[in-house]
Amino acid sequence: MTLTAPPTFRPAGGGPDLTRAALSGRRRLTNHLATAAIWAAVLLAVVPLALVTYTVITRGGGVMSLSFLTEDIPNSYRRDGGGMAPAIVGTLLITGTAALMAIPLGVFGAIYLNEYGKQRPLARLIRLMADVMTGVPSIVMGLFVYLSWVLLVGAQTGFAGALALACLMLPVVIRSSEEMLRLVPEELRQASMALGARKWQTTLTVVLPAAISGITSGSLLAVARAAGETAPIIIVTGIVFSPNWNLFDGSNTALPAQIFRNASQPFDAAQDRAWGAALTLIVIVLGCTVLARLISRRFATKER
Amino acid sequence: MTLTNPSPAAEVAVRRRGHGALGDRVFSWWTLGTGLLVLAILGLILVTTVREAWPAFDAMGPRFVTERVWDPNPATGDAIFGALSFAYGTAVSSLIALLFAVPVSVGIALFLTELAPRRLRGPAVTVIDLLAAVPSVVFGLWGILVVAPALVPVYQWTHDVFGGVPLLGRLVGPVGSGRTFMTAGLILAIMITPIITSITREVFGTVPRADKDAALALGATRWEMIRGAVLPHSFGGIVGAVMLGLGRAMGETIAVALVIGGATNITANLFAPGNSMAAVIVQQFGESTGTFTAALIGLGVVLFAMTVLINVFARVVVRRAEARMKGGVA
Repeated sequence: MTLTAPPTFRPAGGGPDLTRAALSGRRRLTNHLATAAIWAAVLLAVVPLALVTYTVITRGGGVMSLSFLTEDIPNSYRRDGGGMAPAIVGTLLITGTAALMAIPLGVFGAIYLNEYGKQRPLARLIRLMADVMTGVPSIVMGLFVYLSWVLLVGAQTGFAGALALACLMLPVVIRSSEEMLRLVPEELRQASMALGARKWQTTLTVVLPAAISGITSGSLLAVARAAGETAPIIIVTGIVFSPNWNLFDGSNTALPAQIFRNASQPFDAAQDRAWGAALTLIVIVLGCTVLARLISRRFATKER
Repeated sequence: MTLTNPSPAAEVAVRRRGHGALGDRVFSWWTLGTGLLVLAILGLILVTTVREAWPAFDAMGPRFVTERVWDPNPATGDAIFGALSFAYGTAVSSLIALLFAVPVSVGIALFLTELAPRRLRGPAVTVIDLLAAVPSVVFGLWGILVVAPALVPVYQWTHDVFGGVPLLGRLVGPVGSGRTFMTAGLILAIMITPIITSITREVFGTVPRADKDAALALGATRWEMIRGAVLPHSFGGIVGAVMLGLGRAMGETIAVALVIGGATNITANLFAPGNSMAAVIVQQFGESTGTFTAALIGLGVVLFAMTVLINVFARVVVRRAEARMKGGVA
């Protein structure tokens, strides 16, 4: 880089002039333009977020009411009224069940990577493949669960949706939990081992509790992402118009699937329901996200 | 954990090396098993989807990817399943998304690492986190009911002004509805910005402090420091981040299904409706049977293979870039 312009002015001290005035006009202009472009990029990200939030709140808020949250879905897109209760029940049940399956498995997977596998070839392969698995399109995961579970049991069920979401959550939980386990100081493990604890006791009673807040918040973020997944739900859970509390018997539905179905209808009633469902979904997803942040912030300093 | 006082009993416990070893062995096998689950699922996805898609691959042969006609229920003759139009739609919408998302994401990452005043950094990170938290179907809903209608006059104006220009005019052809390749690309751009930003930011974070200070000490302006010290260091990482964004864009289903228009179409006109591979699957899976289902699963196989390849490549590139910067071995 040839950035050292000859100093034009030497103060009494004899050093070069390092003030901004000594910069050439072209360099100063480029710097200003670049700075402006970077600020513009940030604004460009804020605009769509603000617009989406505004539209969902105004349009969704217009249809939001207690009956919207508790009534059945009308079985015709044209009909006014009704609610989203079956989809809310479905979303909570399916996502919750998926979390119950994926989080424990993911945490144990992370324990393998950080406590046992470390830098062994197998562990590195699993780490890479977990990263790759986060990139597998959700529609492919939906097809996979359809072929390997729905065809097997012969029916679309809520549980099939939970399986698909669990597959999508698993790699995210593994990788975020591993990051958190890595932050646990080695001294804690050594102290526990020196007291005579076995490795599995150390891991379960010392390492895991030390990382639990980070693991919880990472897992909640994975749950939030999964709650918004649409494609697998559409393919593997079918559709219902009244709440189905049984995940293993009969079809089910979820908020994202209802948004998708209603959004492409030309009828106002359907579009209103889509906006209402979107607001409900965003509240659920944001609830998880905010909770995750609170947990990680609340315990972040305590752990050190 | 009863060894705090050396006692005869404790000595015995220490000497009995086998004691509790079973727990250790069971535990390590169990964790290994859960780790292997990832490999098992990926393997099973490949096996089951390829097996179920086979009838379509068998019937179409290589024409499955070179044929542009997709006709599941022809009036006469056999059904034709050619994925080329959908592959084209996937490629075009993803490329448009990258075109818009990459400069913006790199800009935001630079803002977060080099430019932001301390009290703006938190809010800026929150914006990106929230953008990542909004479910894709909500972007799709917003896209089809708000963005697409609002863009029609913009497209029309662009077509009127630039439609006559050679080459460029072909890209901005006649406008129908607002549900087009372009709209899909724009919505995708919003959705992949958070992932590109977060990876790029991590990579920028690994640029050695000394390099940046050295550039500034030599009299570089902030932009010259970024161009001379930050960007060259991070090039590999940015490439990886862009590939990850591409993988995400290609696999995105719902938002694209809502805003791309749903037409089997290969055209240079970005203001025309089309379709993407992922979107076709979710639109047509419910009403398909037999070879038609197999063909849709075949689209899934192609999608799976492409996203896995792209992701492996991207992760390896990012890891190399980060490792090199930290002075470790890749």
